[in-house]
Amino acid sequence: MIVIARLTIRELVRRRVVWVLAALSIVSVALVGWGLERLVTLARADGVLELEIRIGVSQVLILVAFMFSFVLAMTAAFIGAPAIGGDLESGVALAILARPVRRASVLVGRWLGCVCVVVAYTVMSGLLAIAVAIGVSGFGPPEPLLAVAFLAGQAVVLLTLTLALGSVLPSIAAGAIAVVGFGLGWMAGVMAGVAAAFGVELLGRVAEASRWLLPSDGLWRGVIYGLEPPLVVLLAAGRAARVADANPFYASAPPPLVFVIWSVVWIGLVLGLAAWWFERRDL
Amino acid sequence: MIELDHVVKTYGRTTALDGLSLTVGRGELVGLLGPNGAGKTTAIKLLIGLTRPTRGSGRVLGAPLGDRAARARIGYLPELFRYQPWLRAREVLRLHTELAGLAPARRPGAVDDALAWVGLAERADDPVSGFSKGMQQRLGLGVALLGDPELILLDEPTSALDPIGRTDVRAIVRSARDRGATVILNSHLLSEVEQVCDRVVILHQGRAVASGPLEEIVAAGGVRLRVTDLDPAGRQALAAFGAVGIDGEWVAIRPLDRARIPDVVEAIVAAGGRVHAVEPGRGSLEARFLELVTGPPPPAAPTDPPAALDALDAS
Ligand SMILES: Nc1ncnc2c1ncn2[C@@H]1O[C@H](COP(=O)(O)OP(=O)(O)OP(=O)(O)O)[C@@H](O)[C@H]1O
Ligand SMILES: [Mg+2]
Repeated sequence: MIVIARLTIRELVRRRVVWVLAALSIVSVALVGWGLERLVTLARADGVLELEIRIGVSQVLILVAFMFSFVLAMTAAFIGAPAIGGDLESGVALAILARPVRRASVLVGRWLGCVCVVVAYTVMSGLLAIAVAIGVSGFGPPEPLLAVAFLAGQAVVLLTLTLALGSVLPSIAAGAIAVVGFGLGWMAGVMAGVAAAFGVELLGRVAEASRWLLPSDGLWRGVIYGLEPPLVVLLAAGRAARVADANPFYASAPPPLVFVIWSVVWIGLVLGLAAWWFERRDL
Repeated sequence: MIELDHVVKTYGRTTALDGLSLTVGRGELVGLLGPNGAGKTTAIKLLIGLTRPTRGSGRVLGAPLGDRAARARIGYLPELFRYQPWLRAREVLRLHTELAGLAPARRPGAVDDALAWVGLAERADDPVSGFSKGMQQRLGLGVALLGDPELILLDEPTSALDPIGRTDVRAIVRSARDRGATVILNSHLLSEVEQVCDRVVILHQGRAVASGPLEEIVAAGGVRLRVTDLDPAGRQALAAFGAVGIDGEWVAIRPLDRARIPDVVEAIVAAGGRVHAVEPGRGSLEARFLELVTGPPPPAAPTDPPAALDALDAS
């Protein structure tokens, strides 16, 4: 398992995936820093209140994080789908699986290697972006570590889904399904909020169920929570809190602990199911 | 060493193996022959545990089919051989020493040996992505031979090789056998199997239609004799040995156990015939193969006289 995980990391380094990701994160962090710097400087020159600037910075960060979460979803799909599926299609897997290794541990090893790369990428560029924001504006999000952790969690959920699908379906199909799943999950989150705001119970239940089915959007709420200054939360709570909850870029509370635990269990279940299926399939 | 007992493998509606039974002893060098789709690859994949039988059972190296620990003692070259293109040849082999669970102290030596056997020592540090197909197949052979496994399964080991490479493979396979390994190889090249294997199993539509030492299978091609002065009654009597074909002075009898050739001669002489020439087992593996795979020949059809016969006649 460790051998395969190391092999996977080496593959991602040799195939320049790691370098491309690193370069991308530096470029995007630089852009964010530059944009924020202009924004804050211009706003201060106009005499905008510091509080407003602070809220503005947090909103920009949330939008950037959302964009980043989409990039991560795509990255997870591109890395996860061929991890098993590509090797099966090319025939590389035949020689590997003829060795005295469990197929399940090959699968988990591939997963582990991909997780290391995706999490390292998330943590590095996430923290870097937040650090740049603090440096430029003087304001930082209340829970930067929590936000980055949830962002990484969301990426791992999607990675797990693609990798598992890739051991069953052709890798292209697996990647496509995962990206669509990510989009639908996010939509379901919006729907759940709308349903709560307008009291549409059935829609609410369906949306809520799909959130548990694919916990990526639930974790995304945790990212927002970690980036949102407490003031915004207080302000929103003062008004119609339920309406505010419908906003996909707003969260009044972090995901409940049960949900976080469920996400971990979900990852285990999906991997376990994929491993079970993979052990039994003919190659 | 290997026992398959009426193994059936179906993929949806296609039957790849239809009750295949096979026994291979230690140290044998067995060739699996058969037309496309006969089930050769499927049989090899079953032995290495990449697929599972639908019905039937078997044992490999004393363990049930698909046993994980037993795979540590098996080397395998897939029909579709592909290795991580972003690794160097040496790294691929090193990876396989780790996966095979070779003791760390043995690893560097095993890698060097494998590289030397397959003639890749000079390209060991080149990336696999730059390898030609034949070089990739050599690398695959190296992977299969790595660490001197007890059982070596080669699925068409020469499909991508040039004539020199094919000769090399024959030498490689023989020396692996001399080191004590049991080898099973698939091939479409009958001459190759003829030159290297002790025993041949011919698969057809998922069954073993012939199996045995090479001479036996070929000998089942029978005997040809040039006979004069044999009356029709005498000819009739020969039918007791097998199907008789007559072409002028040539009498062909097959199938016929080699050990009975003297009996045939005796019977002819006893019936007043004169025997001018006896040619045992002239049938080539190819002729026998075609016969088994395309159905038995019409009983009375005489075989074409081999080219060498004219020379014999003249002398
Ligand atoms: N994965 C699979 N899915 C469906 N059918 C399969 C699969 N693998 C093999 N078959 C079928 O099983 C039969 C035997 O195939 P196999 O690959 O064992 O033949 P083979 O003897 O190796 O042929 P060749 O000489 O062409 O390599 C064929 O009819 C093939 O179509
Ligand atoms: Mg084949």
